Amino acid sequence: MTMARAEKTYGTMTTASYAVMASLIAGAILALIVAAKAADTPMAIHASLFLLAFVAGVFTLISRHFNALEHRPGADDGLGYNDNVVKAGVIATLFWGVAGMLAGLYIASELAFPALNFDFAYINFGRLRPVHTSGVIFAFGGNALIATSFYVVQRTCRARLAGEIAPWFVFWGYQLFLVVAVTGYLMGVTQSREYAEPEWYTDIWLTIVWVVYLLVFLGTLMKRREPHIYVANWFYLAFIVTIALLHITNNLAVPETWVSSKSYSVFSGVQDALIQWWYGHNAVGFFLTAGFLGMMYYFVPKRANRPVYSYRLSIIHFWSLIFIYIWAGPHHLHYTALPDWAQTLGMTFSIMLWMPSWGGMINGLMTLSGAWDKLRTDPVLRILVVSLAFYGMSTFEGPVMSVKAVNSLSHYTDWTIGHVHSGAMGWVGFVTFGAVYCLVPWLWKRERLYSMALVSWHFWIATMGIVLYITSMWVSGILQGLMWRAYDSQGFLEYSFVETVAAMHPFYIIRAAGGLLYLTGTLIMVYNCWRTIRGDVRAGEPIIPDANPSIVSGPLAAQPAE
Amino acid sequence: MSKFNHAIIEKNSILLLVLTLIVVSVGGLIEIVPTFLITTTIEDVKGMRPYTPLELKGRDIYIREGCYLCHSQMIRSLRSEVERYGHYSLAAESMYDHPFQWGSKRIGPDLARVGGKYSDEWHRLHMENPRQVVPESVMPGYPFLAKTPLDYSHVDDDLRALAATGVPYTAEDIANAKADLVAQVKPDADTTGLMKRYPKAIARDYSGNPQMVSELDALVAYLQMLGTLVDFNAYDGADFNQ
Repeated sequence: MTMARAEKTYGTMTTASYAVMASLIAGAILALIVAAKAADTPMAIHASLFLLAFVAGVFTLISRHFNALEHRPGADDGLGYNDNVVKAGVIATLFWGVAGMLAGLYIASELAFPALNFDFAYINFGRLRPVHTSGVIFAFGGNALIATSFYVVQRTCRARLAGEIAPWFVFWGYQLFLVVAVTGYLMGVTQSREYAEPEWYTDIWLTIVWVVYLLVFLGTLMKRREPHIYVANWFYLAFIVTIALLHITNNLAVPETWVSSKSYSVFSGVQDALIQWWYGHNAVGFFLTAGFLGMMYYFVPKRANRPVYSYRLSIIHFWSLIFIYIWAGPHHLHYTALPDWAQTLGMTFSIMLWMPSWGGMINGLMTLSGAWDKLRTDPVLRILVVSLAFYGMSTFEGPVMSVKAVNSLSHYTDWTIGHVHSGAMGWVGFVTFGAVYCLVPWLWKRERLYSMALVSWHFWIATMGIVLYITSMWVSGILQGLMWRAYDSQGFLEYSFVETVAAMHPFYIIRAAGGLLYLTGTLIMVYNCWRTIRGDVRAGEPIIPDANPSIVSGPLAAQPAE
Repeated sequence: MSKFNHAIIEKNSILLLVLTLIVVSVGGLIEIVPTFLITTTIEDVKGMRPYTPLELKGRDIYIREGCYLCHSQMIRSLRSEVERYGHYSLAAESMYDHPFQWGSKRIGPDLARVGGKYSDEWHRLHMENPRQVVPESVMPGYPFLAKTPLDYSHVDDDLRALAATGVPYTAEDIANAKADLVAQVKPDADTTGLMKRYPKAIARDYSGNPQMVSELDALVAYLQMLGTLVDFNAYDGADFNQ
């Protein structure tokens, strides 16, 4: 198949784009009705937001028609990949990364200094906390996953992204979801399901966007010009389809009225708790692990210029990882009213999960065999490798914490928070930073990054931040857990609850300092990317040989030996 | 035995998709479905009833402000927890909780049995500024709750939605929702209907401001009933062994 010159003019209206336009107009009418009849202020605001977005979508389609190009963009280089949507995704990743981390720094400071809540509803800890968690997981991480999956699937399939409007619908539809979710949190619109806080109408919208995402990804796989589906795409596909399954099940709810922002979950009590943590732990397993492993499987071999270490290991750890992860949820509910058998199953599979997790780490690290010397010269590769080290560390810590005896101490304490952040900052954050540092020069066709020295600064400052964060949370978590269960010589509980709160104060300050360092690193990255996109190169820096293996990347060599 | 060839799967995107879906479904089905089928999952205890309309609106405020992010409502079956907070939580005690509020973090203490532990006056001062009563507290202040009138214009819709999920609210409960809400907080109101529909409901002016049904009234009413419905003196510890 050649993409040299499309028969029709690219960008004019087709049957498909008329259908999209009709859907957008129908959506706008529905949003208008809901806005007019809204039962509460948040719903009126959100319906108006949807209305604006749909109208903007219609205008975009119309202007696209009148500004139609003579031929497909990129057709002349013979590859014709759709990279503009990836560029947008990279910029969105940087934007939301800063926003989400800033919210995190602020709420960490609120815990150290509660006066920062200012008795102001919109910024109190309870409302800002989901802004932080959704901001980094779904906004920063989600945009990184969508952008890299769109990049990787095109290169490894040697095919242009399926659809022309659909990828852009996924991108803008996802941003709309994020804006509605975050503004909702500030107004107190929440389902109180951790990492699934958005209310029912936002969930329906995300479902639509996600199904289109699946279709774009699958459609690209189906028109691939490579016989095999590359391993990164197995992980991306598992991430997309499992998140759909989890999202729909966990968010089943009955709204107060069809124009209210409030709903009640279909499930209650113990079953609701189990379903929520089945979702919650697999948001970790499939969003923050499988998806980012897909990222790792492309960018680590590409950056190291080495094939993936073991094809067989990737098969074994892929299937065992996705099979075992889904069982692990009940370890969030040890010693609760959840039946014991379910707790024990959850613990058992959580321990087993250690092995497939390390399978991924080993496969990634060993890919550097014969290229370890590059760690000295290439700070981007260093970030990617350290992300794997953090992945290995937190996937060892996780099984340990899932053991009931350990969990009786660690649960409800900051130890859990530290564990999550070693995974989120160390693994998810770092592998994303590495991918962004690869992508920016590749996408904007620059010879190299603006400054490798700044990458090194980012690496060290962020690493210091993580170390401060997780060590302070280890100490505070274990300290608080021990204080809660301490008895005096008379056989009475030794500490009142508030004494354990007071004991946390210094650690909360250290944690906030760690967050500040991490955010500083991210700001350095944003500056570096901005200068790179502008085409600047920092004077006086040595050229690092082979740092960018190729601007136009073909498929990887990690094909199976048949 | 012929050697299995993974290439069949990785050359067919639909097969890969379907197999992935099957593999990720197994664990969830085996763990979740039985909790709906095994009747002993939720203990059969006396005293549990759905929330009164006022308590329900208070619970909505609890959710809105994200209280669950710092306060658990799940006392684990560990000696130190039972001695600190009271009898460990039963599954039955959250059977009408849509969604559950077990929480995952204790920046503040567990609230599963906070009902009746402090006076209404304590709660009023605590919500206005937590450091008035607990100097070391890191909780935000919620002074706006006392000043904001409670919006209960859709409380009947709330009961109707919950009834659709299986909470045993009757048509009579729904029809009387708004009247019951007001009756629970107005000191001189007739509460016979409320008491018949919601045994053990406590009717009083929770916020100390009889001029207005405020968000604080609803929140304190909710907090003051938490963990009080089941009379544990009527049970032997062995009654809950499964």
